Amino acid sequence: MATPVMDKAEATAKTDASPYITVTFRIRRFNPEVSEHAVWEDFPVEIDPKERVLDGLHKIKWDVDGTLTFRRSCAHGICGSDAMRINGKNRLACKTLIKDINPEKPITVEAIKGLTVLKDLVVDMEPFFQAYRDVMPFLVTKGNEPTRERLQSAEDRERFDDTTKCILCAACTSSCPVFWNDGQYFGPAAIVNAHRFIFDSRDDAGEQRLEILNDKDGVWRCRTTFNCTDACPRGIEVTKAIQEVKRALITRRF
Amino acid sequence: MKIHKYDTVIVGAGGAGMRAAIEATKRSRTAVLTKLYPTRSHTGAAQGGMAAALANVEEDNWEWHTFDTVKGGDYLVDQDAAEILAKEAIDAVLDLEKMGLPFNRTPNGTIDQRRFGGHSRNHGEAPVRRSCYAADRTGHMILQTLYQNCVKEGVEFFNEFYVLDQLITEVDGVRKSAGVVAYELATGEIHIFQAKAVIYASGGTGKFFKVTSNAHTLTGDGQAACYRRGLPLEDMEFFQFHPTGIWRMGILLTEGARGEGGILRNKDGERFMEKYAPVMKDLASRDVVSRSIYTEIREGRGCGPEGDHVFLDLTHLPPEQLDAKLPDITEFARTYLGIEPYTDPIPIQPTAHYAMGGIPTNVQGEVLADNTTVVPGLYAAGEVACVSVHGANRLGTNSLLDINVFGRRSGIAAAEYAATADFVELPEDPASLVVEMVEGLRAATGSERVSELRRELQETMDANVMVFRTEQTIKTAVEKIAELRERYKNVSVQDKGKRFNTDLLEAVELGNLLELAEVMAVSALARKESRGGHYREDYPNRDDVNFMRHTMAYREVGDDGSETVRLDYKPVVQTRYQPMERKY
Repeated sequence: MATPVMDKAEATAKTDASPYITVTFRIRRFNPEVSEHAVWEDFPVEIDPKERVLDGLHKIKWDVDGTLTFRRSCAHGICGSDAMRINGKNRLACKTLIKDINPEKPITVEAIKGLTVLKDLVVDMEPFFQAYRDVMPFLVTKGNEPTRERLQSAEDRERFDDTTKCILCAACTSSCPVFWNDGQYFGPAAIVNAHRFIFDSRDDAGEQRLEILNDKDGVWRCRTTFNCTDACPRGIEVTKAIQEVKRALITRRF
Repeated sequence: MKIHKYDTVIVGAGGAGMRAAIEATKRSRTAVLTKLYPTRSHTGAAQGGMAAALANVEEDNWEWHTFDTVKGGDYLVDQDAAEILAKEAIDAVLDLEKMGLPFNRTPNGTIDQRRFGGHSRNHGEAPVRRSCYAADRTGHMILQTLYQNCVKEGVEFFNEFYVLDQLITEVDGVRKSAGVVAYELATGEIHIFQAKAVIYASGGTGKFFKVTSNAHTLTGDGQAACYRRGLPLEDMEFFQFHPTGIWRMGILLTEGARGEGGILRNKDGERFMEKYAPVMKDLASRDVVSRSIYTEIREGRGCGPEGDHVFLDLTHLPPEQLDAKLPDITEFARTYLGIEPYTDPIPIQPTAHYAMGGIPTNVQGEVLADNTTVVPGLYAAGEVACVSVHGANRLGTNSLLDINVFGRRSGIAAAEYAATADFVELPEDPASLVVEMVEGLRAATGSERVSELRRELQETMDANVMVFRTEQTIKTAVEKIAELRERYKNVSVQDKGKRFNTDLLEAVELGNLLELAEVMAVSALARKESRGGHYREDYPNRDDVNFMRHTMAYREVGDDGSETVRLDYKPVVQTRYQPMERKY
């Protein structure tokens, strides 16, 4: 006998009390090779509501329209490739189950906002990564390197734990109204990654990063709308992190 | 068509590629080509930790780690390489800490360590705490830390550049690497990268299985590019099935869950691993645990209405411990299964996880053209490579270690080679194969769909060459793959455009998967023994007399254009450990 596979289970599922329902995906299409205008296109999809929005997009791409274009890789919320606007809210398509977003109505899917759309759900990520690179997102230390590891207490480690979770998916930055209106703003993700180092007890470049964020396009542009915190698929308290950076700028304590 | 010239070109920007890039950029003009963005690489999905005998929490030493690695690999490991892996592990972890990696800490501020499968004190006496970790997102932290340091070092990346061909030129009777050919996803343009040294660090090939922990993009691109150019692939029959994938989805739930005290249970609630591995129990090596799970399922003790899975039970662990040590995997259970791990066990099944085999290299990362001859200027590291430190079965936490140790080594070796070598002349019409591949697919009008062929491939692989194999199931797979390869000639894509043509990309990826699936199945058919991840029900014992040797698979093209896989074998390097019966 060979290794048991899931085919049998799926076949059974399809015959008795099929879990499959028909869901309409309403997708914002754009392909400058075809037309300079973006259009909404509807795709009915047979899908188990326990499946992910990404599974629905794959069904369309693989079985209906191969030209549908989106980024994805790990399919379980770790790689950060598939941030998109689903029913008007920024989410990862691989971390959003159909049943959690009311499959009775068409599910709208469009590219994240504030970054140039290149094709369908694919945007130009370069400005996003440039802002990230601009905040010196790496450990800077002074003095001689120890032979063993640097010591850090569990409490000091905990201080910046939340912001180490960032996967650079851009869900936060592209949900920020300030960023929509002015692409010069660093945006929440860059500030989150600055926070990760500013509050790391091993780091010696906090002052430099704070000065970068004290810029006119820096942290003071934040209007605390909490969109970023709502959008973060990793549950990072983004707005809180931004507030902590603002406070550090005033008190110069971190 | 654009032509670029770099000293060193690195293909892939996961852990191995970026670790290599940090070294190579300091020493040579380096470009890193990735078909994704660096932080999207699948290193980020690794969870449990990175092994190193730091002895921060209990007695340990790298010799014990070497032994565990050799035993874990069922004695197919090259022992000189395993020794380097275990010895350099300590600096590899300390280097990452110095680069900024936020490891979990002990009460005295040093790097904390936990137990992991197959890692033991004093040659198998009891589990040892050797895995250095950052909650259950160690891979994420490694990927982020390496990317951060690439930014710091000013590493030059070409994002969404898909390498499709390895260029080789014969110089005075020696085949040398001349560069690579890449397809720029954003524009559809073809780029030639002439380079003195090329390092493949493009990851695994798990997507030829259906239930897998691997990303959609893990399609063996580097292995296929080298194999198509006549270079061998080593030990491709050895694939690891991780015991705890989320039932049906294959999403990884770290072995660290069992390292923290999690227990596998069958439908009767029995802790069945006590029967199969009395000492290490749930922390036996992955091949052993995966076979035990399927034995339970096949003997009718599986869970659920179909009896097709078992449970990972974390309910006896304090919620604070789960929150602190296993936050991501408990969230996966909530998100994808709607299960609360504080109170309910998680349904799991083995999931195709890791290719032990790959492009053969020596311990400097230099690629081998046969059992001994190095291809000048060509390197590989990480899952794409086979050094071989993992042998027939990789130990958990040894892959995050592998990418750091051999990523670093290959980065240094390649850049040092580039410092003295000259550019090798490009072959005539260097882009011809890629143009043929890409334009052929774009113009094709055949009736076969990529998605359908891929589905059939994945189903046949799951059914026939997964945890249990027999002559008959492997032959079924070989025949099916041959049929699919034939049908692939008639495949067409719907997207004919240049811009972000991921439809075309998936077709190319499928071609790679089909080629590598064939190599795997043919290699598995010839190995008439059971060893590590390769378990033959018709040959249930290890056969050291006939099969204590590495498989080397070569692509042969007949005069009529027909392709076959030719198998050869390479001796295993043994230093201090004689093969013993493997018990946990």
